[in-house]
Amino acid sequence: MQVNLEARSVDRETAGVVMERPLVVEEATPPLKMTTTDVSVFYGDKQALFDVTLGIPDRSVTALIGPSGCGKSTYLRCLNRMNDVIEGCRVTGSIELDGEDVYSAAVDPVQLRARVGMVFQKPNPFPKSIFDNIAYGPRIHGLVSNKTDTEEIVVSSLQKAGLFEEVKDRLMEPGTGLSGGQQQRLCIARAIAVSPEVILMDEPCSSLDPIATARIEELIDELKENYCIVIVTHSMQQAARVSQRTAFFHLGILVEEGETTQIFTNPNDERTQDYITGRFG
Amino acid sequence: MTKHEHIVSSYEEELQSLNNKIAKMGGVAEELLGHSIDALEHRDPLLAERTIGDDKQVDELEREVEELAITMIARRQPMALDLRQIMAAIRISSDLERIGDLGKNIAKRALAVAEEDQPKRLVLGLKHIGEIALEQLKDVLDAYIERDADKALRVWYRDEEIDAMYNSIFRELLTYMMEDPRNIGFCTHLLFGAKNIERIGDHATNIAETIYYLVHGTPIPDERPKGDVTSTMPADMTHAAKSKPRKKSK
Repeated sequence: MQVNLEARSVDRETAGVVMERPLVVEEATPPLKMTTTDVSVFYGDKQALFDVTLGIPDRSVTALIGPSGCGKSTYLRCLNRMNDVIEGCRVTGSIELDGEDVYSAAVDPVQLRARVGMVFQKPNPFPKSIFDNIAYGPRIHGLVSNKTDTEEIVVSSLQKAGLFEEVKDRLMEPGTGLSGGQQQRLCIARAIAVSPEVILMDEPCSSLDPIATARIEELIDELKENYCIVIVTHSMQQAARVSQRTAFFHLGILVEEGETTQIFTNPNDERTQDYITGRFG
Repeated sequence: MTKHEHIVSSYEEELQSLNNKIAKMGGVAEELLGHSIDALEHRDPLLAERTIGDDKQVDELEREVEELAITMIARRQPMALDLRQIMAAIRISSDLERIGDLGKNIAKRALAVAEEDQPKRLVLGLKHIGEIALEQLKDVLDAYIERDADKALRVWYRDEEIDAMYNSIFRELLTYMMEDPRNIGFCTHLLFGAKNIERIGDHATNIAETIYYLVHGTPIPDERPKGDVTSTMPADMTHAAKSKPRKKSK
């Protein structure tokens, strides 16, 4: 059999060029979506957060890590004023969304939370149908005026959350009947339905099995193309996997913040090093 | 470097064990190299045979290091300094394994020339370069144990000395060969031996680079010294011997 070696080697070269795709694309950091300057939080007399200054870039994932009680959830809740409802909670410093102070008197917290959505640790669907879980937000915010619009938003939100295929035949069944992982994706779909700009996630995978966790992480990876995402997680590996930037909190102080790859391979601060390697005394 | 220990003590023990294995491997490689040079210098076939056998130990240790490192990556998902320690162990063990191989090759050459009775002065250059390489290896292993990046850096810079010495041995041996063609066989073995030692020097600088990365998390911010110019040396030695070794320019 005659084999044209020359032609084959050329083919291989061409194939190599096509297949080669850089795994890590060096990109300039996107512009900041939110900036917090000297943010301190007090619960009564007790100060929980000390002068946190941090910029959160748009269209990327920022992970907040740190031991329990370090203030990362407190910080996260400042971003959409969820701390307002906690009695005795006082926030100082400035928190800006697109350059606008979110704590100014002109800002309606309800409107703010439509722009800065949140997903919690435990999936908390409303005791309603899957359809109504998603349709609720758009309805109260007046984003939809008729049935067709509502259906469209429900379907597209479920699709974006990667849940549509699994639930399309039972949209009228209660959301609470879904599995834990599905419920969490339902909550993400619900958060997306009101077209937020920022999505806050407070340990979104801590009650999920590894498969459901992987699905959520895959989803986070897709969502970051269009949203600014801030995630609090206790899993160092998860922070390393999903985020582009990581901030390490300890005892209410922002100890270190930087590119995720740098934080997890070569952190600057010894406290960060000790925490992420499991040496915290 | 952190002062604190892992909360999980078995993790700490595994890292310690990895450290010990590299230290042991370094010790064996060092001894092997010393013996192989002695065997060549004194044309001692018994020592050469024993040294060849010792390389198995180095290979076995490399396998152990690799196995432990892979298990640790799988079980612990190491981060930051831990990750760098494990990566460093893998890289250093592979350099040490190559050093073992090169040492074994010198010992084999010692066997091949055991019956030759050329004058001793022919071996002096090789003995000298061997001593420096051994010193380099010893220093770089100390730097590893002490996590001393500055010491590693000094080893890294000193490699130029070995390269320069190799260049002069290259010329010297060519001169002996031209003097008397009966020297050619013996000198060729010596030349390969010297080249092996020069490569061992390169592996020591690799290890130095790894140590620097292990400590600082960044590569050495400088070009690696390269002083071996023999591969571009003109064949006409009468001419080359008069000219100074040229630095390779990029």
